[in-house]
Amino acid sequence: MYLLEAQYLYQMLGGMVTTIQLFIVSWVLAFSVALTLVVIRATEWSVARWLVDAYVEYHRNVPLLVHVLFWYFGMPELLPESVRGWLYQHNAEMSLAAIALGLGAAAYIAEDIRSGLRAIPDTQFEAARAMGANYLQGMRYVIIPQALRHAVPALIGRALLLFKNTSVTMAIGVAELTYQAREIENDTYRTFATYGAATAMYLAGAFLIMFIGARIHAYYAISGGRNA
Amino acid sequence: MLEIVREYWPMLLVGQYPNGPLGGLALTLIVAVLGLAFSLPLSLLIALARVSPVKWLSFVTAQFVRVIRGIPLLMLIFWAYFVVPKLIGSSVSGFTTLVCALVVYQAAYLAEVIRAGIEAIPSGQIEASRSMGSSYMLTMRKVILPQALLNVLPSMTNQFVSTIKETSLGYVISVNELTFSANQVNNLVLTQPLQVFGVLAVVYFIVCFSLSRSLRWLDMRIRRSRAMA
Amino acid sequence: MIKMEKVSKWFGQHQVLNDIDLSLNKGEVVVICGPSGSGKSTLIRTINRLESIQGGRIEVDGEDVYAGHMNVNSLRQKIGFVFQQFNLFPHMTVLDNVMFGLVNIQKRSKKESMERARSLLDRVGLLEKINAYPGALSGGQQQRVAIARALAQQPPVMLFDEPTSALDPEMVGEVLQVMKELAKEGMTMVCVTHEMGFAREVADRVVFMDAGQIQEIADPETFFTSPQHPRAQRFLSDVHIR
Ligand SMILES: Nc1ncnc2c1ncn2[C@@H]1O[C@H](COP(=O)(O)OP(=O)(O)O)[C@@H](O)[C@H]1O
Ligand SMILES: [Mg+2]
Repeated sequence: MYLLEAQYLYQMLGGMVTTIQLFIVSWVLAFSVALTLVVIRATEWSVARWLVDAYVEYHRNVPLLVHVLFWYFGMPELLPESVRGWLYQHNAEMSLAAIALGLGAAAYIAEDIRSGLRAIPDTQFEAARAMGANYLQGMRYVIIPQALRHAVPALIGRALLLFKNTSVTMAIGVAELTYQAREIENDTYRTFATYGAATAMYLAGAFLIMFIGARIHAYYAISGGRNA
Repeated sequence: MLEIVREYWPMLLVGQYPNGPLGGLALTLIVAVLGLAFSLPLSLLIALARVSPVKWLSFVTAQFVRVIRGIPLLMLIFWAYFVVPKLIGSSVSGFTTLVCALVVYQAAYLAEVIRAGIEAIPSGQIEASRSMGSSYMLTMRKVILPQALLNVLPSMTNQFVSTIKETSLGYVISVNELTFSANQVNNLVLTQPLQVFGVLAVVYFIVCFSLSRSLRWLDMRIRRSRAMA
Repeated sequence: MIKMEKVSKWFGQHQVLNDIDLSLNKGEVVVICGPSGSGKSTLIRTINRLESIQGGRIEVDGEDVYAGHMNVNSLRQKIGFVFQQFNLFPHMTVLDNVMFGLVNIQKRSKKESMERARSLLDRVGLLEKINAYPGALSGGQQQRVAIARALAQQPPVMLFDEPTSALDPEMVGEVLQVMKELAKEGMTMVCVTHEMGFAREVADRVVFMDAGQIQEIADPETFFTSPQHPRAQRFLSDVHIR
């Protein structure tokens, strides 16, 4: 088996770069939205809590591909003609894909953070308050660091899934790795080499995320167990 | 939105059937059920190999699981498109391709769920069973697996809902399932993509949400009846 | 230093504190004992407003704890509290636990906080554990860190809620030792504890509670040799059998 010509390899690397860009942008979006959801969910206001729950359930029960199609074909309908035209001329598929991916992942990340929060006993907050920490100080120094630590393994899993899920956006023509692999395969019919190379790139990305994740986990792990 | 539903519901529900091939939601559910039916026994085998005392077996399956979990399902579908005909020796339909890819993908995820369940059973259970003289396999079958599988039932039902959602990727290889059908509807209506894909999302939501809620309810019933027995 | 007048508290329909009157002068040590569920924890938790009250009045250091303008957080900085379950922060080292109140709540400089934290840890005999995490310590060590943490903000008053009840017997002594030293240095302390030896040695008064009421207040000698209240007599014989 011989490898692909440089031209194709180059094309595929371009796809990988797009994949990584999409992953990073949608992760940042997802994390910010998730934190917002968690904060809103923590309020006493029942309407807001209900809305957050609805958001989460919606995204958990509808396929990612459908979100992507909905955002790409459907949502721009709501924009004024001029904005829509501008959007479609400026890489609409990329930004809409990032929004669809990010909003979807946010629902899962919010749940992960929430279960991290639930894992911290109330007595921790009480101990902080007993020393005179106010609500925000207690959250900031005592609860949130511990909750994030708890959530780290789940969050790493989410990051990995998000990385892989960027491939779905090929359906709306985002020129990411899977899309490019498919293009090259159509051109060359060298299926094995093409998919092999793309798979190797995905695996490299996935293993890198797993590796970094393990490092973060080890860094954050609380030594001596958690029987305090 | 309601107009679209009123006019095109047969297409969304069963595709061209009975005048053409079965499609739509019906096909989505068939793919998902087949996917689960085949991946369940496969995942059980992988999990057992994974926890087995045979070093190489557990190593090989661990790597297999790692690799499958490291690549996108879409990539796996393209691989299946390429590999399955070679294995079978004749060309296969998109339907078969999709089912095969889903089975392998889900098996890797389910195997991890089951393995975690097995490893969470306290070692005292194994020791008690083994000290009565039962074999490794007997201990697995009668003592460990029944407890482990029950404990991970909620995660397994989650995987089933995931499978339903993942069947939507059949769209990319033109399998005539729900998302593909909806896209056909969109091409017929032409002017209302927001409404068409909105309807599509609602249909998936209703199916997946009600399914996961009823599975959760079922799980609770099982647990409660066990606790009372 | 602490003055409770006719303090009452309900959990729903259930009255947990019933007309509690109790005062401590500066430097006094009071031990509260009584059967489980009698309201001891609730009582001391009302002093720093971990629990609210529905009737009566509590003063600490001349200030009305429940006054509308009272800032709970500055109040609590003046009251050290030690829990039965230690409640150290598992994600912080021993040193960070002790420095937490100084650096993050009182916003003092790292350097000053570190010095004070070190000297407190030295005082409870844990200087060598400064960089350990709570999970790596024994229960007795954790509780000593918790005491150091409570002392860091130099509160004039310390409250202890059964600080030795969660400890293995061999570790009770080291914690009581720290508390005794504190008492002898003139700290104002309210201790919920069943350690009668401790009460005898350092308490100025012993309070016996039952069913949400203070049934008896006496100096330790009187309380241990001739308790007046029949329930106190029964309680003492139970404790001694244990
Ligand atoms: N958060 C609460 N809600 C309702 N009842 C409570 C709560 N905390 C304590 N109680 C009740 O108040 C009574 C006194 O409890 P507590 O002060 O913890 O007793 P002690 O510390 O003496 O064992 C008990 O009957 C207990 O059940
Ligand atoms: Mg108590």
